[in-house]
Amino acid sequence: MKPKTLFDKIWDSHVVRSIEAGPDVLYIDRHYIHEVTSPQAFNGLQERDIPVFRPGKTLATADHNIPTKDQHLPIHDQLSRNQVERLSENCKKYGIELFGLNHPKNGIVHVIGPELGYTLPGMTIVCGDSHTSTHGAFGTIAFGIGTSEVEMVLATQCILQPKPKKMRITLDGELHKGVTSKDIIMYVISEISASGATGYFVEYCGSAIRNLSMEARMTICNMSIEMGARGGLIAPDETTFGYLKKLPSIHGTNSFESSLNEWKKLQTDANAIFDMELQFDASSIKPMITYGTNPGMGMAIDDLIPLSEKNNKEASSSFLKSLDYMGFKPGMKLLGHPVDYVFIGSCTNGRIEDFRAFAQIIRGRKKADNITALIVPGSKKVEEQMVAEGLTEIYTNAGFEVRQPGCSSCLAMNEDKIPQGKYAVSTSNRNFEGRQGPGARTLLASPLTAAATAITGRITDPREFLTEEKNHKITRYGKS
Amino acid sequence: MAKVKLDILESTCVPLPFENVDTDQIIPARFLSATSRQGFGDNLFRDWRYTKNGEKNSEFVLNNPDYTGKVLVAGKNFGSGSSREHAVWAIFDYGFRAVVSSFFADIFMNNALNNGLLPIVISDDLLKKLHDLVQNDPRTRVKIDLEKQTFTILSTGDSMKFAINPYKKECLLKGLDDIDFLLSMKSTITSFENNKSLLK
Repeated sequence: MKPKTLFDKIWDSHVVRSIEAGPDVLYIDRHYIHEVTSPQAFNGLQERDIPVFRPGKTLATADHNIPTKDQHLPIHDQLSRNQVERLSENCKKYGIELFGLNHPKNGIVHVIGPELGYTLPGMTIVCGDSHTSTHGAFGTIAFGIGTSEVEMVLATQCILQPKPKKMRITLDGELHKGVTSKDIIMYVISEISASGATGYFVEYCGSAIRNLSMEARMTICNMSIEMGARGGLIAPDETTFGYLKKLPSIHGTNSFESSLNEWKKLQTDANAIFDMELQFDASSIKPMITYGTNPGMGMAIDDLIPLSEKNNKEASSSFLKSLDYMGFKPGMKLLGHPVDYVFIGSCTNGRIEDFRAFAQIIRGRKKADNITALIVPGSKKVEEQMVAEGLTEIYTNAGFEVRQPGCSSCLAMNEDKIPQGKYAVSTSNRNFEGRQGPGARTLLASPLTAAATAITGRITDPREFLTEEKNHKITRYGKS
Repeated sequence: MAKVKLDILESTCVPLPFENVDTDQIIPARFLSATSRQGFGDNLFRDWRYTKNGEKNSEFVLNNPDYTGKVLVAGKNFGSGSSREHAVWAIFDYGFRAVVSSFFADIFMNNALNNGLLPIVISDDLLKKLHDLVQNDPRTRVKIDLEKQTFTILSTGDSMKFAINPYKKECLLKGLDDIDFLLSMKSTITSFENNKSLLK
């Protein structure tokens, strides 16, 4: 038999029908929905007067458009309140399980899916959110879809989808201290650009990936979309199985034991052919930061802003427009540049390991006076765990306030906006113009870099803090 | 999803010659709280179209009365970022029926096709030429023929074939809808579930 990639194995086993010269009819095992991209899909069902075909395979949460303070009170903004209420009504009407606002299992869709055992190896997973690629860390085909496709899944548990090309990205080598999985993926994106993987589905391989924890792997897969990839996946291994075994329950299979043998088969065959192969040396990666308005505009934190795009001798007007928006100039140094806001959270870096990493640097120190910090756990479970591990106390003692879970300042749909012209070092995934509020200037970075910056008030290399603490027991961030 | 029928489109163009225009620029997240598909055109390119005081930004192309038409001529990697279909609804609601670029983000492309907004991929060279022509003469007209899959600049006669999935082309020409198609397959889907699904 012809050797196959893991991607092909999962995709092919979910094709209900291939349309000649057209897309495949792809069966979806798990469908996540949230308040922002689902209401119009439910309207479509209502107009056709049809039910949700498999309500048990869809799971809902409210995350994008909710406040991160006083969640017990009615949502102040009327449109937001209406949207969250519509989700509740729709879930009730169509028999869909909802972990809504104030539910003990509430949180960001890509945080709760894995932590509650709804994301399992070998599944096809979709959600009306581009960061659905996060779930690929478990060896799934997971990708973001539009609302018309949400309607297709609700109506038939299938979508029509052209099969993407396949790319393998191999990262070998030891990571240096202070370098996290966020830096790995930001490095790859900076090397291949924000559109370098458009049209492809990526498999991440190599020793540097194997050594990562599940949460760190999720950060990698999460940002696949930021280089244009349809999604990214990592073959399941003992780290994956260990994570799943520890969960209180898993959903979508009879039991952990009965599935384990099947999951172990989820590997790319030797000699399988990819449409593109890229290899990187993980030991050459430093802590990364972005300087522009797309995630491809990233560099090592101690570098100078380049004079033009990679492979271009002269800066394009788009490049200069981007730097102008940021208030930066080509050739400028970013280390030491004053910052106004720090945001830790989001589906990229809103998990317990991220808050541990941040705490590692702020422990026993004080937040800089010029910094306003938004500390937003990815879920209720993460919020509880922060309290239980004493992290919340560390944050409070250092002058930080821990908020309630949600997408928050990552996309600034709620009131957690960065003001016009202000600089934010953010652990989220997008530095687009206005992403964190009109006129906001976002610099993407890891939780360690965000923490170092929150303490000094200026863009700071986290390695400065880690050297003094080299014997500290939790300097293992990003490793299993 | 929307049922839209398309065939031949002839129009002047609105140029937006920037690369990497993401869906947050097309429709910022703070305007995503609506629960219907209508009205998003009012906030299309909101933060470029209006100043921070809410006044029209006279330098932005949508506020330039010289440039009108149903074809948006964009730059490379248009529609990247968020999967929000609201971006396509906003472009369509504003009155555009086609977007021309040399490169589109995947999810945007799917969303556009699902709403009858034609994403037309042309070569980098032709795109540059088109931008130059439109900049010099806002009356520059283009013709898009879906049946023949041709894109033509009428004043110069420059023409090239564009690619579109044959299934999607058929749907757009006939005004068919993916959901009707999938609903007609329900028994096939059920038997697939009984035999193959990994989920029990």
